[in-house]
Amino acid sequence: MPRVTYVHPNGEREELDVAVGMSLMQGATSHGVAGILAECGGNAMCATCHVYVDPDRLDTLPPISADEDALLNGAASERRSNSRLSCQLVVMRDFDGLVVSLPERQV
Amino acid sequence: MTHDLSLPGAGGAESVRAPQFKAPSGAPVSDVDPFSIEFFEDPHRIHDELREAGPVVWLGRHGVWAVARYQEVHDVLHDWQTFCSGRGVGVSDFAKEKPWRPPSLVLETDPPEHDRARAVLNRVLSPAAIRELRARVTAAAEAKARALLDKRTFDAIPDLARAFPLSVFPDAVGLRQDGREHLLPYAGLAFNAFGPDNELRRRALDAAAPHIAWVTEQCRRENLAPGGLGAKVHAASDTGEITSQEAVLLVRSLLTAGIDTTVNGIGAAIYCLARFPDQWRKLHADPSLARSAFEEAVRFESPVQTFFRTTTCPVRIGDVELGEGQKVLMFLGAANRDPRRWENPDAYDIARRTSGHVGFGSGLHMCVGQLLARLEGEAMLGALARSAASIEITGTLKRAYNNTLRGLESLPITIHSKG
Repeated sequence: MPRVTYVHPNGEREELDVAVGMSLMQGATSHGVAGILAECGGNAMCATCHVYVDPDRLDTLPPISADEDALLNGAASERRSNSRLSCQLVVMRDFDGLVVSLPERQV
Repeated sequence: MTHDLSLPGAGGAESVRAPQFKAPSGAPVSDVDPFSIEFFEDPHRIHDELREAGPVVWLGRHGVWAVARYQEVHDVLHDWQTFCSGRGVGVSDFAKEKPWRPPSLVLETDPPEHDRARAVLNRVLSPAAIRELRARVTAAAEAKARALLDKRTFDAIPDLARAFPLSVFPDAVGLRQDGREHLLPYAGLAFNAFGPDNELRRRALDAAAPHIAWVTEQCRRENLAPGGLGAKVHAASDTGEITSQEAVLLVRSLLTAGIDTTVNGIGAAIYCLARFPDQWRKLHADPSLARSAFEEAVRFESPVQTFFRTTTCPVRIGDVELGEGQKVLMFLGAANRDPRRWENPDAYDIARRTSGHVGFGSGLHMCVGQLLARLEGEAMLGALARSAASIEITGTLKRAYNNTLRGLESLPITIHSKG
């Protein structure tokens, strides 16, 4: 199972095995990772599962859809060039070793 | 209670009233009427029976299928190709009966036409757009909390659950001042109309004319204040994204779904916090929990209890084959308390991780106003938690009856200030 690291704003790291086919959001919420709210449950409607992706891995991820792009503009924490919604990132084998940082706030 | 429930081969149901519609063979059958006063008063035991009867159950009274388990409700919500909305999301099949009003461009449509209209509402109610309302909604909630604290004893439904959304939502949309008293009756009518041809629905339709007339007029561009949500919907017709007639119908969606839902959501949260003092104490100690306290109340009470879909082709759920053109009733409230999905589902727990609940639906028709609802709920509960030390029920509560919405008509409470 690909191993993904979620880094909290205070630097604390949580390493989780996330099954292929699950989203990074589901991986986090099913393990109780604080800081990923996912209020809409993964329907791409709320922008409360915002993460900053390791910039070196950005190009390997599926592209941002128009919906995700619009939602990220309304995210509670600053949008950066490596901002993504974790509900839109479905884990594949090559996600192994991916590091994502959590923003200060989701609402 | 005259409902009965039986499994195939278990001897059959001895119901007081014979089902009107014959059960397809092999399917679990129930004689429950989910649009009855008995059901509104206590849906939970019947939800449990429906969940335990099987993944899909035939409701003989209305000749429709029911899904009450989380997984099946979720699956039906997400499979719009098989379970469509274009034939109506109530009992009535638009392929066979004329709808009581021109159908909604979002709720009662399917892709691709759904997506064009929905994109406009997604933008008007986006996280960025709702953020602009935050300061105003929060200030209104704080003013409301102060006024209620002065009163100390009041009815939390008219004085809080209705008064607060009515103090922010119509202004946010940009509605005229006069005639706002039509909003709640119109919404009540629309949500009753999803039900069967029962007394609730008939009475609502009999009284509908003035409410429909006001709402129809109010949806026109010239009656909506510049800068409001309604004007923003109409602005989409300037670029040709939608027509001006479509804009009118989309504003109608805001007025139909934007007020009674938040009224019942906030009412549910107050009812929960007044009933479960340990949870109130937790919120009072940490008002930043207001948003999750609201969200958990939406899961726990499920203010929108049910919606239908219609099958577009034969489909199998579990071992049961459903034909084409059949109505499927999704019990959102039952899914939100399914022990297969939720730990300790019958506890109101404001620290719960509620992500995935279907109180706002799920899939492409999921509530487009959910962010505004959460903002209103968070603001009001946060303001109360910061100003009041305790909250208790000090009178007899009365349930409101609606074919779709679950909530109270009256909830007498007393709040005490700090110290």
